[in-house]
Amino acid sequence: MTTINALAAISVAYVLLLFAVAFFAERAAQRGNAGILRAPIIYTLSLSIYCTAWTFYGAVGSAARNGLEYMTIYLGPSLVLIGWWWGLRKLVRIGRSQRITSIADLISSRYGKSNLLGVGVTLLAVVGTTPYIALQLQSVTLSVEVFAQADAVNLHNKQFTAFWVAVGLSAFTVIFGTRNLDTNERHHGVVMAIALEAIVKLAALLAVGTFVVWGMSGGISGTLERIDQSSLGLWEVQGGRWVGLMMLSSAAFLCLPRMFQVLVVENDNDPQLRMAAWAFPLYLMLMSLFIVPIAVVGLDVLPAGSNPDLFVLTVPLSQGQNGLAVLSFLGGFSSATSMVIVAAIALSTMVSNHIVMPIWLRFSATTASVSGDVRQVVLLSRRLSIAGVLLLGYLYYAMSGGGEALATIGLVSFTGVAQVLPALLGGIFWRGATRTGALAGLTAGFGIWLYTLYLPSFGPGVVLPESFFVDGPLGVSWLHPHALFGIEGLDPLLHAVLWSLSLNTVAFFAASLMSFPSPLERLQGAQFVNVQQAPGSARGWSQGAAQAEDLMVMSQRILGATEAQALFQRAAQDQGLAGYLPEPTPAFLQVLERELSGSVGAATAHAMLGQIVGGMAVSVEDLMAVADETAQMMEYSARLEEQSAELSRTAAQLRAANDKLTRLSVQKDAFLSQISHELRTPMTSIRAFSEILRDTDGLTGEERNKYSSIIHDEAIRLTRLLDDLLDLSVLENGQVSLNIVQGTLREVLDRAQAAASANENGPALDIQRDLTRESVVLFTDTERLSQVFINLISNAGKYCDAAQPRLEIRVQKTDKDLLVDFIDNGSGVAPDAQDVIFEKFSRVSDQKAGGAGLGLAICRQITARLGGEISYLPGQGGAAFRVQLPLSMTRAA
Amino acid sequence: MSGQVLLIEDEPNIIEAIKFILSREGWHVHTHSNGVDAADVVRSRAPDVLILDVMLPGRSGYDILRELRDDPATAALPVLMLTARGQSKDREMAERAGASRFMTKPFSNAEVLDAVRALTSVA
Repeated sequence: MTTINALAAISVAYVLLLFAVAFFAERAAQRGNAGILRAPIIYTLSLSIYCTAWTFYGAVGSAARNGLEYMTIYLGPSLVLIGWWWGLRKLVRIGRSQRITSIADLISSRYGKSNLLGVGVTLLAVVGTTPYIALQLQSVTLSVEVFAQADAVNLHNKQFTAFWVAVGLSAFTVIFGTRNLDTNERHHGVVMAIALEAIVKLAALLAVGTFVVWGMSGGISGTLERIDQSSLGLWEVQGGRWVGLMMLSSAAFLCLPRMFQVLVVENDNDPQLRMAAWAFPLYLMLMSLFIVPIAVVGLDVLPAGSNPDLFVLTVPLSQGQNGLAVLSFLGGFSSATSMVIVAAIALSTMVSNHIVMPIWLRFSATTASVSGDVRQVVLLSRRLSIAGVLLLGYLYYAMSGGGEALATIGLVSFTGVAQVLPALLGGIFWRGATRTGALAGLTAGFGIWLYTLYLPSFGPGVVLPESFFVDGPLGVSWLHPHALFGIEGLDPLLHAVLWSLSLNTVAFFAASLMSFPSPLERLQGAQFVNVQQAPGSARGWSQGAAQAEDLMVMSQRILGATEAQALFQRAAQDQGLAGYLPEPTPAFLQVLERELSGSVGAATAHAMLGQIVGGMAVSVEDLMAVADETAQMMEYSARLEEQSAELSRTAAQLRAANDKLTRLSVQKDAFLSQISHELRTPMTSIRAFSEILRDTDGLTGEERNKYSSIIHDEAIRLTRLLDDLLDLSVLENGQVSLNIVQGTLREVLDRAQAAASANENGPALDIQRDLTRESVVLFTDTERLSQVFINLISNAGKYCDAAQPRLEIRVQKTDKDLLVDFIDNGSGVAPDAQDVIFEKFSRVSDQKAGGAGLGLAICRQITARLGGEISYLPGQGGAAFRVQLPLSMTRAA
Repeated sequence: MSGQVLLIEDEPNIIEAIKFILSREGWHVHTHSNGVDAADVVRSRAPDVLILDVMLPGRSGYDILRELRDDPATAALPVLMLTARGQSKDREMAERAGASRFMTKPFSNAEVLDAVRALTSVA
């Protein structure tokens, strides 16, 4: 009883440690010091999720049954990393440059952003991975059972353990796998945690191995003697099966959804891969070092009939080494959990991007870009998918009864996901590969795999009738699931691998050659195949009728307001424009699509952008660019394009500067006229009425009162105008002295709101505020700041033309700034007026609204003096102004 | 002295002042404060003298005046233009548009009376 309780306590403590590691890694990433998180060693260790519980426990079992065959599973990935690292580098670069989120996304994106292919690969991945997850749950349950037996405790309900392990893993994955919708789908917390698990499982296996060799067999020579004497017999290497298994494990290393996730999606730079190319084979070698000794000693020491899959646990337990057994348990536990977590993240991304989002988009097509936060939908669908994937794994475990030998289920899964390989390799190396080819290959391979391996794996008579395995379906012998086309005598696994992959490849090539790629497929093909020569030189969009503002509205819903605004501002700056709205050039659309696809997948991003840009997206020039096949042409045109881009950027800057100068000069000219007008009008009334008072006899007392108060009011109007002018001139010349005091943002806004509503006339403005977010302490000139706020609030009161005018004041913090947004529900400011409203005397409308048109000019000067900025924020529905203050002036209250 | 004066101006206080000054001397003063339909109002009122401000909501005084001069019915109507933007080019623009007289704000009350008298005696 004590051991099992201790085991439970240690497992819980271990899980808490993982939580802590993941939590601190996420925090570090958020603060921007991701140095250690991006270290090549972390990347290398994260690849270790290749070694699941299947390899941790099952390799020893496999060695006990089939001798050295287990080595093939380690050799495949090592060969890929060492011998094919240039191919991997290409794959990883494509993944980075195209913002690929999963293997389904890669295939879909390469073949013309086809969602059908995305759905196909997703289904294949889910079907292929479910048994694998079940396998992990089974291994954890089995290992707990071992301890229970040692303690003579009867676990009444094995499924109970598996169920709670599944629940715990879903929780962990949901918390760290879907914390936020990263533009590039990187999960620093999870990667850090699995790197730690990688160390734990290696340490556990090495510790058990060391104990077996030096503690039980008297050193290396003793161990070798023992191996020689053992019955562990089948030393002869079966060439065919070895080659088949090695190919299979190489393919799986690339195509398993979880491997693709850590290898490609989580990859940050080339050096990570360079280190993994030698360090990961080393890791695998260390993992396999003690497999044979443990198997031999296990067969020797333990009673006949013991499950060799559990030798890693039972050998130390039989020697009374409980501590070592617990370490070994943690190793197996780590192997199982890290696999399940990453697999669930990878699958949930695919399910959400390729199945849930397209459906959601179809049913809410009209409202998608106007209402609702797409991010919330994506996050929710991912969370539900994670729970769904783990539930499937648990159900498979509960229904299959968990009887099979571990290795068999693993190989079934491997063969299933390996069906993606022809489409994957063809896609990145052969421009002739088409969507039809990929579909044909996948369908053929998937079908044969189902028929010859997956369905038979449940056992004869469960899914396929027993008669199939006697003399083929309906007596047709050449359709026998283990002897297709009359080829008999092969090992069933090898038979399935051979037929599924070869027919898959043949179908892929044949259908590709016979079909004609669409323009978009050609473009994508060129980008994928030529990723090293000319990254991103071909374009996916021609100049469409897109409105930058519509694009911004949509992007905010997907990327979130802050990220979208930063992206648009950067793009506008690159084009030499001020503000937030870049020209919707093809180049910009492509960048935007790539950013969006990091969140919702290539096919969905393309569809959403297509809704706004309208029409299909490839122009004749783009196709010509693709047709120029030689590398020289590519290079030459890339250089030309660079120059012409530079030129047009300069031209755009000059044009914008010139436009602005012209407008400014007209305004400067108008300035004197304006000032004259604004001063002379009140003076006219003053002079006329004072002459009337002086020259007219017999005025009544009432008349006198009235006329002198007109004089008084007009004098005040003059004073206010002069004050504003002086204020502005002082601010512009920088002679202003700030009175820095401490106050909260809420106080400043309260004061501004009170002052603005005091001189309000017309319909009352409904002001909406979020008081909790306003409790920020400021060290600034609160008088001046409140002057800015008063201006913005009373402008909303004057210009907001909604029937029920409303002003929302939003407060948010970014990493450097405090942002205070004033957003009303009126018709907003026309795009061509947006960058002149901050100039002097620029009243937007003709109608008089009382002021002299100096308010926003003063606001701009004040915010600049306070170290911040005020800008117009397009795409918010009504007029929207953003006051941006440096965070160094604030502190959370 | 009596006659019809039409005043087109948008500042309420200036309207009140001019109305006071002219009414005391026996003029009937009608006012209108919007540029958009000002020309129609002029045609329907058919005043003896028109006092026209330059900066009006909706349409500029120059524009209104050009329309009136193109219309034979009002081509010879005496017009006194008022402006608050006392630059020389404003005077030129007023003359080109066809103003009979031009006055920069602020003006003295006597100036306004003199101008209106002079315009009606010519007519």
